[in-house]
Amino acid sequence: MFSVLWLQALAGGVLIGAGAVLLMAGLGRIAGISGIIASLLPPGVNDAFWRLSFLLGLLAGPALVGLVLGRSAVGVPAVGLPGLAVAGLLVGLGSGIGSGCTSGHGVCGLARLSPRSIVATLTFLLAGGATVFVIRHVVGW
Amino acid sequence: MGVLVAFGAGLLFGVGLALGGMTDPRVVLGFLDVAGGWNPALAFVLGGALFVTAIGYRLVFRRRRPLLGGRFSLPRATEIDARLTGGAALFGIGWGLAGYCPGPALASLPAAHAGTLVFVLAMLVGLALAKARTGER
Repeated sequence: MFSVLWLQALAGGVLIGAGAVLLMAGLGRIAGISGIIASLLPPGVNDAFWRLSFLLGLLAGPALVGLVLGRSAVGVPAVGLPGLAVAGLLVGLGSGIGSGCTSGHGVCGLARLSPRSIVATLTFLLAGGATVFVIRHVVGW
Repeated sequence: MGVLVAFGAGLLFGVGLALGGMTDPRVVLGFLDVAGGWNPALAFVLGGALFVTAIGYRLVFRRRRPLLGGRFSLPRATEIDARLTGGAALFGIGWGLAGYCPGPALASLPAAHAGTLVFVLAMLVGLALAKARTGER
């Protein structure tokens, strides 16, 4: 049971990596989702075509997995709407200010051994872990 | 052609996120909850992605240019400053609050949960604010 889930997780990771390598091999671009989205927001939208196609593929991915598995591959949000609004704002601001998110820093940046990405990834893993710790084990929601 | 390659890359990425469980916020929060019933699945996702990307990038960077022309567009910044760590910390807090980071949140939109839409809209506002303040990233 557990090993099957881990294998599936590993396979998921391998596909994510394959996507990142394909984008670099073909177009010379980092597969950083927050950066790709931010470049599509005003002011100064550029190279919209490949960015929109990438995001379209991203949207189609879980739907395809859902079709193959015969059940939704997407989970229900874990917190209420106010929490999601605050979290979304923080994630947008933070990845904008810190120039990257889990994909850009955590996968592509670490793969290049970028010191900035190593620091950013350790920071957001620690901050994420601390946040969950406070919410679940200190506040006790 | 570039548009097709980008779509294919996005599709691989999206399938990988879903297969790896990243489109389920509870799995993500379970991974971040080291003191609770820690769910290590995401370590396999991140590890697998990192392994393939590290080797793949090495092979790709043996070439002078991308297969479809142009040039490799890599970040040039090298300073480790308060913007990097402060931004990453804010990002991590938001990630830990809801269990969504940008890719999985976006990829979850077609499932049409109102909460995912609220998260993504707020995230777009945050990204736009950061971009307006700091200029081109």
